[in-house]
Amino acid sequence: MLKITNLHAHIDEKSILKGINLDIKAGEVHAIMGPNGSGKSTLASVIAGKEEYEVEKGEIKLEGQNIDELSVEERAHKGIFLSFQYPVEIPGVTVTNFIKTSLNETRKAKGLQDMPAKEMLKLIREKSELLEIDRKFLSRSLNQGFSGGEKKRNEIFQMAMLEPKLAILDETDSGLDIDALRIVANGVNKLKSEDNAVLIITHYQRLLDYIVPDYVHVLYNGKIVKSGTKELAFELEEKGYDWIKQEAGN
Amino acid sequence: MELKEKLISSFIAFENQISLDNPFVHSMRTEALSSFESKGFPQKKEEAWKYTSLKKVLKEDFSVFSKTETALEYKDVQPYFIHDIDSYKIVFVDGKYASNLSQTTHDGIDICLMSSALEKPKYRSVIENYFNKIADKNSLTSLNTAFVNEGAYIHITKNKMVEKPIQIIHFSTGNESALLLQPRNLIVVDENAHVQIIERHQSLTNNSTLTNCVTEIFAAKRGIVDYYKVQNDKDSASLVDSTFINQESESHVAVHTFSFGGKLIRNNLNFYQNGEYMDSTLKGVTIIGNKQHVDHNTLVHHIEPNCGSHQDYKGIFSDSSVGVFNGKVLVNKEAQKTNAFQANNNLLVNDKATVNTKPQLEIFADDVKCSHGCTIGQLDENAMFYLRARGIREKEAKALLMYAFANNVLESVKIPQLKNRINKLIANKLGVNIGFDL
Repeated sequence: MLKITNLHAHIDEKSILKGINLDIKAGEVHAIMGPNGSGKSTLASVIAGKEEYEVEKGEIKLEGQNIDELSVEERAHKGIFLSFQYPVEIPGVTVTNFIKTSLNETRKAKGLQDMPAKEMLKLIREKSELLEIDRKFLSRSLNQGFSGGEKKRNEIFQMAMLEPKLAILDETDSGLDIDALRIVANGVNKLKSEDNAVLIITHYQRLLDYIVPDYVHVLYNGKIVKSGTKELAFELEEKGYDWIKQEAGN
Repeated sequence: MELKEKLISSFIAFENQISLDNPFVHSMRTEALSSFESKGFPQKKEEAWKYTSLKKVLKEDFSVFSKTETALEYKDVQPYFIHDIDSYKIVFVDGKYASNLSQTTHDGIDICLMSSALEKPKYRSVIENYFNKIADKNSLTSLNTAFVNEGAYIHITKNKMVEKPIQIIHFSTGNESALLLQPRNLIVVDENAHVQIIERHQSLTNNSTLTNCVTEIFAAKRGIVDYYKVQNDKDSASLVDSTFINQESESHVAVHTFSFGGKLIRNNLNFYQNGEYMDSTLKGVTIIGNKQHVDHNTLVHHIEPNCGSHQDYKGIFSDSSVGVFNGKVLVNKEAQKTNAFQANNNLLVNDKATVNTKPQLEIFADDVKCSHGCTIGQLDENAMFYLRARGIREKEAKALLMYAFANNVLESVKIPQLKNRINKLIANKLGVNIGFDL
């Protein structure tokens, strides 16, 4: 699904990713953990195509196709979805109008007609139930005055609507109470299939109790310094990141 | 002949063709004419006109009044009305009252014409008490007073709540190669009365129009006035719109100005708070491009204690357009506990557009809360990234963010159909055409 080879990226002369290798196959859930400032969010942004980051070396392939030259929106159209740590507030544009626009833009890019209104409504109803989102919520301005939990739930609702091939969840657990965490995780688990993949980016192991990863990678100082299975996440939770830093230093 | 000389020499002809029954008005006219004569048109060297020059506009050979009459049919001009609501209408075509397009009333309230108010004895006391009482004596206001003849006259009597909005629309049809229009509105809202007014100046031609409009609004104790100005005119039309508002205790007056088009627009909006426990709201959205020029010049004069004012102007400028905001808040020594807020936020869509923004706070009281903020910026890159990561293309994403930027000013629009229309105008203007059901 996603294959990253020797990826180097920098912003404003500052090198952040220093040779990332990652191979995520369809049907898999990967988690990237690491201390603050290790480059986790940068990796998510670079995969999504954020232009402020300069990729100087390496490549990113989605389903065998090199996506280096694609714009942010083209990557989205190809099925990359980034759930934001800090979703942006857009006053005057309702949750419903926003997701309609997003979905139809993606369809347009694929040469499809706009989704008929009836079908769209049905889909919205179905997916909002999955995330336990009520109707009133859908007519509110996007992210405006949303609680942390509402913002994240809304992100996963958008993911559910867009059915991406690769979903990147950037610190989705931050700011969530246990109920919201359960709802969000449940949503992601239901959306998981043999045809898509999930990349979870998180500082803590907490979310991984609910969305169980097949592989866990530790990112430190711009490199993946350790990979393993979900047990690695427990180990990190227990021992913190210092031992990783020490190992990496040696 | 320069326009100034032309105007002065036309004055006698003008007074000859209208009623002179009211000596009070006549003396006001002649006095105003000599005031204009000594001042002339505003010059760029005057501080208040530093960023807005009328020079180019005044070069045209304007006719001082229209010599012929053009009849318009409702179906031809319907789009310029908020047509999906029941409303009173006071409509003028080339400065003349168009009864076929209007719906006025004298049923307990007066929604009618300035010309008849100036002429008929039954309005004399209101005219003498209110007319030209708060308008300033600046050159363009004086010019308007000198040639005062037509416009809207609205008098809402005590405790009356006007159940439907009033639309005041001035059309120009281009039957002169260049036409100067000088409407004059007087709006008197008595104690505890309530009115909603929508005002629009609309050219239907590519011939030049210059409108020099003056409106005086009096809101008595507990009066409520919601006033909306829709400025979406052709690039051949210029507008100087001066509005003077006198408020008494516990009144609420809000003026929203939506400026989406026109060659040059200058809005002079002046609030005088003569009483306590009242608030004044001044809001505006400006979205212009090409070589359009919109200048908002506001004044809020806090005279007595315990009052508030809230100003929020948003501007989006593209191409070589120019925006000006000059907001003055004056707080008298007696006006303790004043709460004055002012914000002017602007987006420059490209490098050629310019904005001049200048807050001016003069505070003589010591126990007040006054804040102001001006920003000139570009679209937030993180927000752009967010929208594009949802598959929304760059152009649409930009439009959507600009729409969001301007949108919150609409929250205080109280007429849903108008809000809807403005929303659509904003969306059209910005090219937001992506599945909105507004």
